[in-house]
Amino acid sequence: MPEHRTVALFGGIYANHLALAAALADAQRRGADAIYCLGDLGAFGPHPDKVFPLFKEHDIQSVRGNYDDSIGNERADCQCGYTDPRDNYFAELSYDYTMANTSPPNRAWLKNLPSEIRFQLGAASVLLCHGSPRKMNEFLWESTTSTQFLEYLADEHQADVICNTHTGIKWQRDLSRNRKFVNVGVLGRPENDGRPHVWYTLLSAGDSREITVEFIPVPYDHDRLAAEMRAERLPEEFIATILSGWWTTCLEVLPAKERRRGRF
Amino acid sequence: MTATNNNAIPRVGLSHLDHLWFQVAGTLCNLTCHHCFISCSPHNDFFGFLSLAEVKRRLEESIPLGVKEYYFTGGEPFLNPEMTDILVLTLRYGPATVLTNGTVLKDEWLVRLRAAEELSVYALEFRVSIDGFSPEVNDPIRGEGTFARAMRGVTKLVEHGFLPIITAARTWPIEREQEVVGSFCKMLQAAGYSRPRLKILPTLQLGAETGRTCGYAPEERVTTAMMEDFDQSQLICEHSRIVTDRGVQVCPILIEAPESVLGETLVESQRPFVLSHGVCWTCYQNGAICSNPSSGDKDA
Repeated sequence: MPEHRTVALFGGIYANHLALAAALADAQRRGADAIYCLGDLGAFGPHPDKVFPLFKEHDIQSVRGNYDDSIGNERADCQCGYTDPRDNYFAELSYDYTMANTSPPNRAWLKNLPSEIRFQLGAASVLLCHGSPRKMNEFLWESTTSTQFLEYLADEHQADVICNTHTGIKWQRDLSRNRKFVNVGVLGRPENDGRPHVWYTLLSAGDSREITVEFIPVPYDHDRLAAEMRAERLPEEFIATILSGWWTTCLEVLPAKERRRGRF
Repeated sequence: MTATNNNAIPRVGLSHLDHLWFQVAGTLCNLTCHHCFISCSPHNDFFGFLSLAEVKRRLEESIPLGVKEYYFTGGEPFLNPEMTDILVLTLRYGPATVLTNGTVLKDEWLVRLRAAEELSVYALEFRVSIDGFSPEVNDPIRGEGTFARAMRGVTKLVEHGFLPIITAARTWPIEREQEVVGSFCKMLQAAGYSRPRLKILPTLQLGAETGRTCGYAPEERVTTAMMEDFDQSQLICEHSRIVTDRGVQVCPILIEAPESVLGETLVESQRPFVLSHGVCWTCYQNGAICSNPSSGDKDA
């Protein structure tokens, strides 16, 4: 099992190659000795193939997200499980675009990604997953996930630190015996707070079993990303999110607390 | 699942107790809806209220089992005089969702609940049942004047800062779904709910609904063959149990079936359940019918 002192964890990339490049530079500057991705390389953004060379160049290992699983296996949809017709309309547009613009070799690469990755961070064992350790497309929101459930996951999956993504909004909770749960956020789109920057997470090992969690904001050229999305005729609703920081689609899965913090 | 014959009735085990439900108002309701799957009414006291002390005991019991979310239903939960205290308490343990008809909500309760949610890391979700976007559609099912009363409840919730999930049983043909949902949203926006949240449920041919439709045909049953390659997590009984004043039962829908009582304790109730009811077939067909959209239980 790999051993690290400081790792950078990237949540959903959603084809945001500009944010990915900015986050990579930042993580290197901060001395990360490894960089991992928690899945969903494509979706939402333009030119999904552009992120793959960056993954290879920087040796980024990734777990398989629901989007990667769908694109890799050429499934009918993204497995986000929306029921609202408007959410489904946008999810389908995004999925069809990503499928059409992901090359066969890259699809094959996505298909073979592992469902979890484990490593040691100092004395702590870390488990990376996409939705939850038990289900790739499970949403674990801060406001709808009890602490006792997270304790159960940590026991069941024998990890001191469990990290996930999938919901698009970062959060963390301390558990018993110095254990932690961390949702690392996403690099793909801002987190519905009216600010255009995105986030990644830096985990560092201390001298004892203590782990430090740092959420890092990543400013990037979001105007350029918006222009690329427009040139690719991606929906104006998506572009509005990139420029404004407010989510405009796929809102039905947000719990009341998280929804209330947004504009729409 | 344990069965070998393809036509045999399958048994489903509990993979993990994610959702703990409480039949907190028993079968007492101020309304008498024609499609109610447990025939709740102002006179049905077949199931009784759960007290704050009983809910507290169950919440404590649920911690070692790692329960993720708590749901409260009835009857009408807010007929239980301890309902506000119960929700305030639950928000110390985890996320809480309450299923209400919205017609009896008082401002003082909502002020207290909003403050409790603000102090908690967890969400308090209200699910308000309305079955059509006009009195003409809703009232024949839920009773004269109930549309206006429920809408007043929705408005009140919104004024207090809640974002209720409006839950409607699908009493219209599926082909009209988009049109009905669109009209529903417009009606809610016109009433001042600028970002309405909706959950559409299938009707369950049980209780009062059997009088409105015709109940289940004998062939409308889940078989072992149907369970092959089926994601069992779509079934409520795979991840939920409900506390009633009779003990711990398998799911919120089947409480009137005697075999749905699985034990006195949550641990005892973890044994498998046989999917012998027509309503299990509806659950199978639709998936995740009782949980909130934010749980991600609904498979694509």
